[in-house]
Amino acid sequence: MSVPATEQAPAAASDKPLLSLRGIQKSFGAVHVLRGVDLDVRPGQVTALVGDNGAGKSTLIKGIAGIHAFDEGEYTFDGKPVKVHGPKDANDLGIEVVYQDLALCDNLDVVDNMFLGRELGSKIRLDDTTMELKARETLDGLSVRTLKSVRTHVSSLSGGQRQTVAIARAVLWNSRVVILDEPTAALGVAQTEQVLLLVRRLADRGLGVVLISHNLNDVFEVADDIAVLYLGQLVAQVRKDEVTRGEVVELITTGASEKHGNTNGEVR
Amino acid sequence: MSTTTTPPAEEQQTDLGGIVRAYLAKVRGGDVGSLPAVLGLVALVIVFSILRPDTFTTELNFANLIGQSAAVMVLAMGLIFVLLLGEIDLSAGFTGGACAAVLGLTLTEHDWPLIPALIAGILTGTVIGFFIGTLVARVGIPSFVVTLALFLALQGVMLQIIGDGGTIGIRNDFIIKLNNGSMPIWLGWLLAAITIVGYAGGRLLTMRGRRARGLVAEPMLLWALKSAGFAIIIVAVVGYLSRERSPNPALKSLKGVPNVVVIILVLVVVLGYLLSRTSWGKHVYAVGGNAEAARRSGINVPWVKISCFMACSTIAALAGFLAASRTNSVSPNTGGSDTLLLAVGAAVIGGTSLFGGKGRITDAVIGGLVVAVIRNGIILLDQPSSVYYMVTGAVLLLAASVDAISRRRATASGRA
Repeated sequence: MSVPATEQAPAAASDKPLLSLRGIQKSFGAVHVLRGVDLDVRPGQVTALVGDNGAGKSTLIKGIAGIHAFDEGEYTFDGKPVKVHGPKDANDLGIEVVYQDLALCDNLDVVDNMFLGRELGSKIRLDDTTMELKARETLDGLSVRTLKSVRTHVSSLSGGQRQTVAIARAVLWNSRVVILDEPTAALGVAQTEQVLLLVRRLADRGLGVVLISHNLNDVFEVADDIAVLYLGQLVAQVRKDEVTRGEVVELITTGASEKHGNTNGEVR
Repeated sequence: MSTTTTPPAEEQQTDLGGIVRAYLAKVRGGDVGSLPAVLGLVALVIVFSILRPDTFTTELNFANLIGQSAAVMVLAMGLIFVLLLGEIDLSAGFTGGACAAVLGLTLTEHDWPLIPALIAGILTGTVIGFFIGTLVARVGIPSFVVTLALFLALQGVMLQIIGDGGTIGIRNDFIIKLNNGSMPIWLGWLLAAITIVGYAGGRLLTMRGRRARGLVAEPMLLWALKSAGFAIIIVAVVGYLSRERSPNPALKSLKGVPNVVVIILVLVVVLGYLLSRTSWGKHVYAVGGNAEAARRSGINVPWVKISCFMACSTIAALAGFLAASRTNSVSPNTGGSDTLLLAVGAAVIGGTSLFGGKGRITDAVIGGLVVAVIRNGIILLDQPSSVYYMVTGAVLLLAASVDAISRRRATASGRA
């Protein structure tokens, strides 16, 4: 394809993409999961990544996070091509992922979880007090007031609190791109509302946010951009105000819609 | 989490009633820690003291108890690293035995000086641990299969080294004194003072440091209570051990804190520090709690596993040395028979979980004492070993049940 998916989007103010993928391919054995995906994530914006089960959303974000490398394709961050071979590489770029299953250790407390793998202080003498202060500071910065103590074990937290901890962990590191995988899937109405508010707040702080969701209500509530993945191809990345819910549903289910499908949805 | 609740400030109980209530709430929530072991220990001591007042409570028996339990305690400390991962090392006992055999071989039969012989013995353990860890973490064989295989293989290795039915005598004075001799009275008291000051001072510094930076810290009263309790126990133990305990003092005086206490103390401090204050220690807990989360956080999970098996086998080597020191010799059965299961039992009784992610080094000490008291008491009650094995088996099962049940409660109340 010659036209990048994003050229349809009107160029907004700030908008060199922070993270940009071109022609990403990934197979697991005989299964060709990603077939030439192009994606752009802009600072200060929430990009929703939608698609049916098996469309390749999880594979895509795991690749971005360095959990498993892409087979082919360009991965540019901040305008520079980068190689991401492991979670550490992605973290060093400022990319953080909040997984659907949260990836928290139940037997550790909030502070330990937030700093897991990147503890402060020297390796042989951790600086527990600084870590605790920073954790507190970050939670306060996100206006999180529901945690009684940052020294409680994660196992005793509610679903929304865990989500909050996971998100707070992602922004602790002056991160620039935060990827959220179904952050509201297991939450009640009030908690969902609070987490979406948090998501919006992240973008308002200038971070590039990728929100993966099945829930179009959530998507239309917080997203600026909507990227639709269909059978391993990114069939459209459009501004939220340029599409209707019906069109998005059509894109998710058939990979094409009257308005958007043919510009970049050609089956390659 | 609801949108309307205002945050309760980090609440804290600073008066006595509050401290007690907070502790009870913790226990009820399933976070029992070492409480069952401590209560069990007290109960056992009371029962045996009533049944055998003339032998069980003597100074001599008390010192013997420490010597008997030392090897199991140290082995349990090693096992805690592996148990924290949710893995098991069934070969740890014979690993210790094999390392002791290497020590005996180099020391007695090849006349090596002490230090190289010690290093050779300890390194044998480290290498065995690396081997087990690699098979478990890189090849992906379940740890109980790998270590069961090594359990057999190491037994063969020991027979090969020592010879069927043979023993290697240990004549080195240092090794013999390790788990037999006692230190001078004054040294015992000095050690007690250092321990108490270290414990209370360390906690005080942490508390001060946290206060200074505006963090919630342990209440002063709780600190005072803990430190005083700790000091009383230490002084009582050292006082009791400083009394004459020789059945025939005129012939040979026997008093003072057993040397092996120093080794246990140093191990508790060093290993405890490793687990609680270093990033490696945090990673061990993380891998035991949720290996996938640890991996995604960029932790090198296979390496953490391998290093834990290495730690376990290295510490097992020390346990083997202590066992050899106790009997002044190494036989093909050193570290064999019930040693390994007693050590696993000691760790679990002390409060380490078989499911991984939960446990402390001090668990080994408390659990090791329980196991030793049971053995010692049953022997003093003139019971046959059949009874001893049945009782020990039952206690091990009981401890594992407490572990499983408290884990279930903890999951329910969210304190796992």
